Amino acid sequence: MIAAHLPALQIVVPLLSAPLCVLLVKGRLAYGLAVIVCWTAFAISILLLGQVLEGGVISYRLGGWAPPWGIELRVDAVNAYVLLIVTAISALVISYAKPSVAREIGAGRETLFYTSYLLCLTGLLGVTITGDAFNIFVFLEISSLSSYVLISLGTDRRALTASFQYLIFGTIGATFFLIGVGLIYQATGTLNIADMANRVEPLGESRTVQAAFAFMAVGLAIKAALFPLHSWLPNAYAFAPSVVTAFLAATATKVSVYVLIRTYFTIFSPEFSFEVMSLGPVLMALSVAAMLIGSTIAIFQDDIKRSFAYSSVAQIGYMVLGIAFATVLGVTGGMLHLFNHALMKGALFLALGCLFWRAGSVTIDAMQGLGKRMPWTMAAIVVGGLSLIGVPLTAGFISKWYLLLAAIDSGLWWIAIFILVSSLLAIVYVWRLVEVAYLQPAPEGAPSGEAPLAMLIPTWVLVLANIYFGVDTRVSIGVATEAAKFLLGAGS
Amino acid sequence: MEWPGLYNYWIVIFLMMSGLYIVMARANLIKKMVGLSIFQASVFIFYLTMGKVAGGTAPIVIPGASAYSNPLPHVLILTAIVVGVATLALGLALIVRIKEAYGTIEEDDFEKRENAT
Repeated sequence: MIAAHLPALQIVVPLLSAPLCVLLVKGRLAYGLAVIVCWTAFAISILLLGQVLEGGVISYRLGGWAPPWGIELRVDAVNAYVLLIVTAISALVISYAKPSVAREIGAGRETLFYTSYLLCLTGLLGVTITGDAFNIFVFLEISSLSSYVLISLGTDRRALTASFQYLIFGTIGATFFLIGVGLIYQATGTLNIADMANRVEPLGESRTVQAAFAFMAVGLAIKAALFPLHSWLPNAYAFAPSVVTAFLAATATKVSVYVLIRTYFTIFSPEFSFEVMSLGPVLMALSVAAMLIGSTIAIFQDDIKRSFAYSSVAQIGYMVLGIAFATVLGVTGGMLHLFNHALMKGALFLALGCLFWRAGSVTIDAMQGLGKRMPWTMAAIVVGGLSLIGVPLTAGFISKWYLLLAAIDSGLWWIAIFILVSSLLAIVYVWRLVEVAYLQPAPEGAPSGEAPLAMLIPTWVLVLANIYFGVDTRVSIGVATEAAKFLLGAGS
Repeated sequence: MEWPGLYNYWIVIFLMMSGLYIVMARANLIKKMVGLSIFQASVFIFYLTMGKVAGGTAPIVIPGASAYSNPLPHVLILTAIVVGVATLALGLALIVRIKEAYGTIEEDDFEKRENAT
């Protein structure tokens, strides 16, 4: 009985728990509730993925109203996979959060922090699961508004300006998406994504549909921080509390990339996006620029969080590059990288959170001799870094390998060279940390000692996941290929 | 279609562009929020215009009426207005906090103060 309502529960549970959190007042109770809710959401997403892999697409009618009039929640291989990533990361990050939040956000504001966290999770899950274009906008704004709050809780006062800048960019992006949805509604008279896809197809050359496509593509590119629309991201990630950085870096941009994929492949068919609108070359140029420029800037940052934030810009380039090939192999690579990047950036930012907890700073100077002072934290950073570079036996290798295969398969060998060059740049910014941490002596009186186990265990779960998914690739590649086939098959 | 047949859309485009321009060109954070609101308001007008059916009345059953305007875009935009209000409120709250932390709301001054301290 309850199994039939899983799609609705996926968003309703965190949504209703958020106000409950406020009522609990006490930080400890709110934390307990948030942990239970995140793990419940994770369990639901596993069950949903199981149902989808067994029985195909799930269509859930909200309130019993039939689509295309009612709002439909639609779970297929693609978003079941994204739901799993988002809920897994949210559950691990919340398990980690308590000591870090207590130190960085302070007593009294903890309850509100957990409330915003749950609302942000609700928004991200809602964007992913809904089958209604206007609903995407609403959930996108729920997640964005709560993430502005989360970012502004950072200890540095620059967190406030970073959050404000993100608010401006995010609102413009979401409003562009809204304009796009309006234009499509004008042309098709429907808001249901599946229905829209059927009705857009015969309108191929219509100027209204083309304008809608342009607005949606640009709006979502801002939300996904696709180069050159990424300028909100480095500051937002650098000055947000550690927990928030780990959560947003591993989920928020991923969900936006997912909506991009939905827009290109499901609402508009691959033929329309890549042949009529010739999206391929544009995306390829932008993603290659993101990879090279993002990685290069990352090398010159003193603040490690900022350095990894620029590296995120580069990694988003990899994901979009996979999409830009518009082949099963390419989209598989993009989806795999979406998953693997959540694992590696999650692990890295959580490890940096441990460093911040101990040292109160994440600059390169704070890392001197860290190999001796915090061996487990530093080891986590090293493994995460290796995965970021794409060393064999780590998750990062698998997705980069697929992207290389896709590039060669499409006959674009020069793109393969850019992928390798960008990986070399990654070696430089990761090696910099290793050198400071292991080869330089710790300064006198530097704080040492590990972070609490409550923080180290979730960090290491993600680190080990990086290695596990680098060795045993059956699950990740299987699901990603399934998703890619579904996307490219659905349009033709 | 003779002029000014689509003048609603011209208003939308004018407001949209002025809003975006203010957001980009002004360094004062309050003015940026004003620009953002104008930009969002243009989208509201766009949706409202879209719902109008020529010769249609309000979507209530009225004896003798044959054409009705489409109520759906109006309902949608009610939601979007709520989102806009929330964004405006949050933006202004952030500006208050920024004013407390920096003593200014001019974007150009932030960097100076950051370097001074």
